[in-house]
Amino acid sequence: MSCACKNPFNHDIATENTPMVNVQIDGEWVQVPKGMNIVAAAERFSKFIPHYCYHPKLSVVGNCRMCLIEMGTPKMDANRQPILAADGKPEIAWMPRPQIGCATQVSEGMGIRTESPLVQECRKGVMEFLLINHPLDCPICDQAGECKLQEYSFEHGQSNSRFIEEKVTKPKNVDIGERIVLDDERCIMCSRCIRFSKEFANDDVLGFTQRGSHTTLAVYPGKRLDNNYSLNTVDICPVGALTSKDFRFKMRVWFLKETKSICTGCATGCNVLVGSRENEVHRLTPRENEEVNSLWMCDQGRLGFHEIHEDNRLTTPLINGIKSDWSSALTQIAQQLHGFKPEQIAIIASARMTNEELFLLSGLRKALGGEAVLCDVIERLGQADGILRSADLNPNSNGAKLLGIANPGKLNEIRSGVSNGSIQALLIFNENANEAGLSIESLKKTALVINVGMRLNGAAHFNLPSSSFAEKRGTMINGKGRLQRLNRAIAAPDQARDDWEIIRDLKAAMGGGNGIHTVEEAFKAMAAVIPAFKDLTMSKVGDLGVELTLSSVQS
Amino acid sequence: MAIAETRLIFKHIDSPGYTNDIDCYIKNGGYTTLRKAITMKTAEIISEVKASGLRGRGGAGFPTGVKWGFIDPSKNTKPVYLICNADESEPGTFKDRQIIHKDPHQLIEGMIISCFANNVKLAYLYIRGEFPEGAKILERACDEARQKNLLGKNILGTGYDLEIYIHRGAGAYICGEETGLIESLEGKRAYPRIKPPYFPAVLGLYMCPTIVNNVETLCNVIHILQMGGANFAKLGKPNNTGTRVLCVSGDVVKPGYYEFEVGALTLGQLIYDVCGGIKNGKKLKAIIPGGSSAKVLKAGERYKIKQKQADGTMADVEIALEDIPMDFDTMAAVGSMAGSGGVIVMDETRSMPDCLANISEFYAHESCGQCTPCREGSLWMKKITSRIRDGKASVEDVGVLKNVADNIAGRTICAFGEACSWPVQSFVTKFKEEFETVAGNGAKK
Ligand SMILES: Cc1cc2nc3c(=O)[nH]c(=O)nc-3n(C[C@H](O)[C@H](O)[C@H](O)COP(=O)(O)O)c2cc1C
Ligand code: SF4
Ligand code: SF4
Ligand code: SF4
Ligand code: FES
Repeated sequence: MSCACKNPFNHDIATENTPMVNVQIDGEWVQVPKGMNIVAAAERFSKFIPHYCYHPKLSVVGNCRMCLIEMGTPKMDANRQPILAADGKPEIAWMPRPQIGCATQVSEGMGIRTESPLVQECRKGVMEFLLINHPLDCPICDQAGECKLQEYSFEHGQSNSRFIEEKVTKPKNVDIGERIVLDDERCIMCSRCIRFSKEFANDDVLGFTQRGSHTTLAVYPGKRLDNNYSLNTVDICPVGALTSKDFRFKMRVWFLKETKSICTGCATGCNVLVGSRENEVHRLTPRENEEVNSLWMCDQGRLGFHEIHEDNRLTTPLINGIKSDWSSALTQIAQQLHGFKPEQIAIIASARMTNEELFLLSGLRKALGGEAVLCDVIERLGQADGILRSADLNPNSNGAKLLGIANPGKLNEIRSGVSNGSIQALLIFNENANEAGLSIESLKKTALVINVGMRLNGAAHFNLPSSSFAEKRGTMINGKGRLQRLNRAIAAPDQARDDWEIIRDLKAAMGGGNGIHTVEEAFKAMAAVIPAFKDLTMSKVGDLGVELTLSSVQS
Repeated sequence: MAIAETRLIFKHIDSPGYTNDIDCYIKNGGYTTLRKAITMKTAEIISEVKASGLRGRGGAGFPTGVKWGFIDPSKNTKPVYLICNADESEPGTFKDRQIIHKDPHQLIEGMIISCFANNVKLAYLYIRGEFPEGAKILERACDEARQKNLLGKNILGTGYDLEIYIHRGAGAYICGEETGLIESLEGKRAYPRIKPPYFPAVLGLYMCPTIVNNVETLCNVIHILQMGGANFAKLGKPNNTGTRVLCVSGDVVKPGYYEFEVGALTLGQLIYDVCGGIKNGKKLKAIIPGGSSAKVLKAGERYKIKQKQADGTMADVEIALEDIPMDFDTMAAVGSMAGSGGVIVMDETRSMPDCLANISEFYAHESCGQCTPCREGSLWMKKITSRIRDGKASVEDVGVLKNVADNIAGRTICAFGEACSWPVQSFVTKFKEEFETVAGNGAKK
């Protein structure tokens, strides 16, 4: 596996060459990988054993007791050979006591009952125990709608309460971290968050205090749950005990539309679900991809979407600061660009753009004069954390390299060209000119500055509004050479457009139509000429992406 | 007629002039068995312990030789640890503390021999947090043993090294559960581990093979080697060998600790002959025979058990409570357990709801809180039993109470689940009428 992060455990994945064993699940004999736990094994056959504390990627503690099942092993004869029943299958000696599925590993001839009366009774019992001291504040709880307590009580609970005692009270609204709030009364003590912090995030800050029913989750004295993965605890908390300060009380989850996409916060390209409603993104949550991010994402990446909705978005084309329209802007740009020699033109693009955009951009560059037109992207380096975050903070550096847009060293030449006046026309795509090291003064000396992006460039003669990552479709290649798809969750504001459309139209305005009407067509055109994409289509890339051979990426 | 005790473990305890220092112990023959043991092959010692039939004195009664047999040093690349469980916290139990305070070297010698037998180089003595004096005494005893080269490097010139650390417990009953104890020893909360996979013999302390034995169990090892496993097995009854220290408390004339061959006397003899009968001429109402977690026995109850006849055949017989022999198997056969040896006697004036509320309060306070049924159920049971005791409940509450206990037993991580629900199940079933009457009293008033 090429997963960027190392999971403490992968209980749900059998290692290669694991032998299969025959087990009987609810009367049916099936084959499952030896040693897999019963919860994970049953899931392979669409048998869902309810569970709270078990998490496929964390250590198994077996504390919630929700996954109790009946289990048996083959009856043995005097020679330690299984006694066979009439159907030729082993007879099973059922254990009198229920066993926990999460910590019981399957073995040859094992029998499992996931729905028997005893199992149902166990679940009912556990559900009742979990609810007696629960505050039941579902109407104001953020977890409502995706709460395992709600879900399982619907299936396994009972409607009448036999509990007439006073409930245990615990701290509510506890500020345990920069981004996290804890409600101890809602906590069911499954310890998932504790194990996640310790085992995955290497940040052992959570623990229980008190005993028995008074057990209370807390941060260790002087510690905070502030690590860059803290918000994953909100995802894995089966109830509404841990909530995200960013998201809490903002939106009922059942109103959210979830769009499969990827995070563009760094070259890891964590797979995400973009949760939106009526053209507003409300949250990102990680989406499982064992080849990339498993079930996780970093907090920085998760909260990065806010820039989409900050109010200084550029939403209409501006010519010299005055509102205009697309066709006027593009016609004027095309006319003006014709007046420059290739050596006078430069392009600063972004490794945050999609492959399709970068590909069309390379076409535009050709139309403007090809290699003579200086072209580069801005590198963005951070620090890899050894977990998920990559040192490369651009999501598509590999695409920019592959498609000839990233040309190391050229940015320096562009910079000096702009300051010494040899470059007179500058096209900037989705980058901040300042970050590129270009001062306003030097830009002001430049005859033509075109800025395509989400934000205004005050020194640009033309400002063209483009889409954010959540507003467009396309593909990117992550740091490990995996081609992944970005999907549109919301519409771009007002007149903003996808870069690929803008570039296509600009090229058309300059007199070179290319017959591309959709992103798919852009991808197809690209796949036809770029060997790394040979035989691929956007639909083949699928929700989980495909691995490109690195040599083909680098070629 | 008073029945004579057979004092093996408690031989010197309370005898005039006997002190807990090493000189006194040695003067009375102490450490001679160790000198003998270290000349033996380790396998020989283990087979003597197996032959003795010794069963653990910590509560579960697991055969000690079998437990040691799970550890195969030849296959082991990891160190083997031995832990002496001196967390003695089960209500009604006060035997280990006597050994620690009054004859600590017996325990140390038993530990050293047991460690030698199992190739243990490092052992821990986990002593209940509330026994600060006991910890000091044991520290001193270890120092004395070290000075005499009975402990430490190159013991008695044999090349065998052993260190024993005294570790004071974390002040919770659950620290006595062996895997909770191990977690606690590792510096964590005493949360019992799930079994499988964390059987101490395989994945114990620091994930190494570990033997956990009770104080009294380890003391027995000396006597087994002294008299030979086969001779030891002649004490008591088959499968119930040796002696047992019984701690009697409650409404008897002479409460205290007594040592008998296992099964050599009946519950009736223990209470009426040994302990002088019920206090103040009252009548017996109930007995908890093996620590507060054992199921209660009710005066007047009769039990059907299988009993070995003189001719060797088994026959079904019916016996009265007073006739139950104090051994592991019979106690289990009558639906309770010999447990930790703590016999709690209640006379006719005792209110059963009151007694149970007391017990339930203890368990609600001591549940580690890790697993759902025990964490939530133990407090719920405390709340219901308190209301019943106070007459603020109803007949239905008694039924709910029993059902709550049923939903805990057999469904938890550790045997605490049974420990807290067995008293409830047995009290409520056996004294149903009393519970139902008391429950509604307040409401009627
Ligand atoms: C809740 C609980 C508390 C226990 N407390 C003690 C204790 O205080 N002392 C003890 O020796 N065993 C205690 N045990 C039993 C131990 O888990 C373990 O079985 C015992 O130490 C093994 O020793 P033995 O084989 O010599 O009896 C307890 C068990 C449970 C479930
Ligand atoms: S806060 Fe949530 S994840 Fe953490 S222990 Fe409580 S219920 Fe489990
Ligand atoms: S690691 Fe990178 S790709 Fe993943 S969530 Fe964080 S910023 Fe986004
Ligand atoms: S049964 Fe009780 S004491 Fe044992 S692990 Fe569960 S909560 Fe803790
Ligand atoms: S999921 Fe198995 S005990 Fe919690």
